[in-house]
Amino acid sequence: MLVAALALLPVLAPQFWITLGNYIGLYSIVTLGLVLLTGVAGQTSFGQAAFVGLGAYATAWLTTRYGASPWLALVAGLALTSLVALALGFITLRMKGHYLPLATIAWGISLYFLFGNLEFLGGHTGMTGIPSLTLFGLELRDERRYFYLIWAIALAALWATDNLLDSRPGRAIRALKGGLDMAEAFGVDGARLKIVAFVYAALLACVSGWLYAHLQRFVNPTPFGINQGIEYLFMAVVGGAGSVWGAVLGATLITLLKEMLQDVLPRVLGRSGNFEMVVFGVLIVLLLQFAREGLWPWLARVLPRRTPPPVPDAPPLAARPHAATTGPLLQLKAARKQFGGLVAVNDLSFELATGEILGLIGPNGAGKSTTFSLISGALTLSGGDILFRGESIGSKLPYEIARRGIGRTFQHVKLLPQMSVLDNVALGAYLRGTAGIVRAALRLDRADEARTRAEAARALARVGLAAHTFEPAGSLALGQQRIVEIARALAADPSLLLLDEPAAGLRYQEKQALAALLRSLRQDGMTILLVEHDMDFVMGLTDRLVVMDFGEKLAEGKPADVRRDPVVLEAYLGGV
Amino acid sequence: MDFSIAALLTQDGITNGAIYALLALALVLVFAVTRVIWVPSGEFVAYGTLTLAGLQLGKPPGTVSLVAGMAIVAGAMEVYDCVRRGEARRIPRQLLLWTGVPLGIAALVWWVAPMGPGLAVQVLLTLAAVTALGPLLYRVAYQPLAEASVLVLLIVSVAVHFSMTGLGLWFFGAEGSRTPAFVSASFSLGSVNVNVQSLLVVGTSVVVIAALYVFFGRTLYGKALRATAVNRIGARLVGISPSFAGALTFTLAAFLCAFCGVLIGPITTIYYDSGFLVSLKGFVGAIIGGLVSYPLAAAGALLVGLLESFSSFWASAFKEVIVFTLIIPVLLWRSLATHHHEEDE
Repeated sequence: MLVAALALLPVLAPQFWITLGNYIGLYSIVTLGLVLLTGVAGQTSFGQAAFVGLGAYATAWLTTRYGASPWLALVAGLALTSLVALALGFITLRMKGHYLPLATIAWGISLYFLFGNLEFLGGHTGMTGIPSLTLFGLELRDERRYFYLIWAIALAALWATDNLLDSRPGRAIRALKGGLDMAEAFGVDGARLKIVAFVYAALLACVSGWLYAHLQRFVNPTPFGINQGIEYLFMAVVGGAGSVWGAVLGATLITLLKEMLQDVLPRVLGRSGNFEMVVFGVLIVLLLQFAREGLWPWLARVLPRRTPPPVPDAPPLAARPHAATTGPLLQLKAARKQFGGLVAVNDLSFELATGEILGLIGPNGAGKSTTFSLISGALTLSGGDILFRGESIGSKLPYEIARRGIGRTFQHVKLLPQMSVLDNVALGAYLRGTAGIVRAALRLDRADEARTRAEAARALARVGLAAHTFEPAGSLALGQQRIVEIARALAADPSLLLLDEPAAGLRYQEKQALAALLRSLRQDGMTILLVEHDMDFVMGLTDRLVVMDFGEKLAEGKPADVRRDPVVLEAYLGGV
Repeated sequence: MDFSIAALLTQDGITNGAIYALLALALVLVFAVTRVIWVPSGEFVAYGTLTLAGLQLGKPPGTVSLVAGMAIVAGAMEVYDCVRRGEARRIPRQLLLWTGVPLGIAALVWWVAPMGPGLAVQVLLTLAAVTALGPLLYRVAYQPLAEASVLVLLIVSVAVHFSMTGLGLWFFGAEGSRTPAFVSASFSLGSVNVNVQSLLVVGTSVVVIAALYVFFGRTLYGKALRATAVNRIGARLVGISPSFAGALTFTLAAFLCAFCGVLIGPITTIYYDSGFLVSLKGFVGAIIGGLVSYPLAAAGALLVGLLESFSSFWASAFKEVIVFTLIIPVLLWRSLATHHHEEDE
């Protein structure tokens, strides 16, 4: 329906609406990039207008000065944009926090003044005489014809971005906002993906700028300043930055609103002034006070919901390599962690053999969770070493450790509450899929995706939560969410499973079910390290126990022996 | 460049830097307590200068009507909130606070303005009127969204910035204003000509910064704001109301910005839309402090002032490019220097 309306518009509508439609299309392309970058990945950029400017100026300069083909200029513009975005992204996105918005403000302002002050780019007066585009021998000089080109590209970008969000890299990008630690524990290189999202958004902006330059056939610095950069953010936030349709809605709404205000207000107030800015500002504040997630989520509630497609039965993903090792699977060698003067883990050593369940227990503050974090890479060692299959992982990052075949759960449940249970579990299988950004955007990843989903569904069935497959993960009870975490770790097909207090907050029957599940995993050859508080739970389940107190190993052995160890009794009960 | 030019540029740079430092402090304060990136701070600076310029012409500036209008809206919002929560008996007190006090300030300015008071009184009236706008703005625009994401709060800030710039054009016209210097004297120190006005700017900035230091270190309200900045939920649990902390923060920040406006008036011609660039420079200073550290932010702002003054001598067309590109190496340095993982919101 949308496509039909877009196809008919240039035939039926007066010139004025064509012009508006063209601008809405150009803005939608840029805003789409912001939806991915800001709305989904959680990174705010003010610099999108500057990337638009980069695309526009690249083609303006190459086509007018050197008579280059606009299509060649597009490629050059895209290459230049990638370089700049990579450099900016590399500086700012490796850090967490609010560095990207700040860097993009600086970048946006600097580039604007640079455009205005460089003689060879025409200074503040700009450059004229940019040729119009020719496509298959057809000159797109007429705005009505150009309309089709803009919207063809806008719809293609919409389609690609929507595909990307519903894919293996898309799930990881969606996890960047609020779930970075979790995503990294499943092998996602967060910093790299953020840079990818930033470059993707910058490239869309560049394409929009290229289209703009050949539509106007004139460029000057004004539309590429920081104000326009802010306006793109407006469009994303007002439309609803979490959804691709929010981009189009926001671009349309802001463009129409500004047009209307500029048109109506002088007539109503009888004098020209900057009242449209005043009213525009007030309207935006009001709108956000009533719908802070933007308009699309609000609209989507009214629209009929698509029922999720059933999970297709597909062959399993390739199993991860479980190379047999001769020695122990995991070895801690005098592992040490100091926080300032406090020694949280004091030269702790123990080993874990393939196929056993080891319980790491101890009173509060014994250093169990710190040890867990050292193994999973969330904390860095102060001394000693940790070996996995004989290879040192002591100084590796969480995503590198995950790639070696260690899966984990979190003591404080880390699921993405808005995403379905299935998608959350599918994120666990990130390392077993192969689909990259390009394949995902072009929807060439469906076979891989079907297998991933089937794998996730099998993991869910194994833990007994198949009935909740399509519910948002946040709607489950806490105990169930813990089990979803285990399913997610299983989807990764790890050689070693690290469980951080999996029984906390579970009821008696749930604990029984969990113990049964872990036993059956052991039968399948899984090795499990369990940090736990609940003595009854560990006693019946584990093969061996390591007892910690004050950061040191107190005892090690079979559960029945440890239970009788006077030192352990002393630590737990204060001496009997 | 010889020594006397360098000395002159340094003097200019330090003077502007002192003003940017005040702004940077206001920005850090607002961000730390309320998570608002306070884009319209620049408008408060411009309103400060232009209100003073208006008072010097003996006419009540448009700021007065804005204060009055927002006081009525804020009062209405308070009454609505009280009724909805079933706390009708709090209405008179809230009305007095949110509508009565600002209306009183507006009326005072309105009444005194045509009488042609002395410069000191004009400055006080300016500070009162512009400072009153701070908490009103927080109440009307930000408080209903206090729990929203940083991004949404930022967009609100930009929207407020648009509105206030538009209103600025209406209130003050398109012409710029420059207020007369407080003191025109100057003296020689060796071969360097020292401007007393510059000394005054730097001196008062230092006094205000010292006063803030005492406020945050020694007073209960100051400590309450610091507590809120460190841990919003924790502060709430020990009885510090977030909306009170927000309003107090905006009062302080608005005062700082109005003060900047009064100080910058005799140095630069200020137009209704000059605020944005001025505040961005304060912002660069704040960024150097990572939006958390006050001393680093102040030092960063001084650096911005110096850089601006020297680059306007060497390459004036690229002045803004140089100042804003400074952020990139600073960020790079912070990127390489910090390794700890901070959790995103």
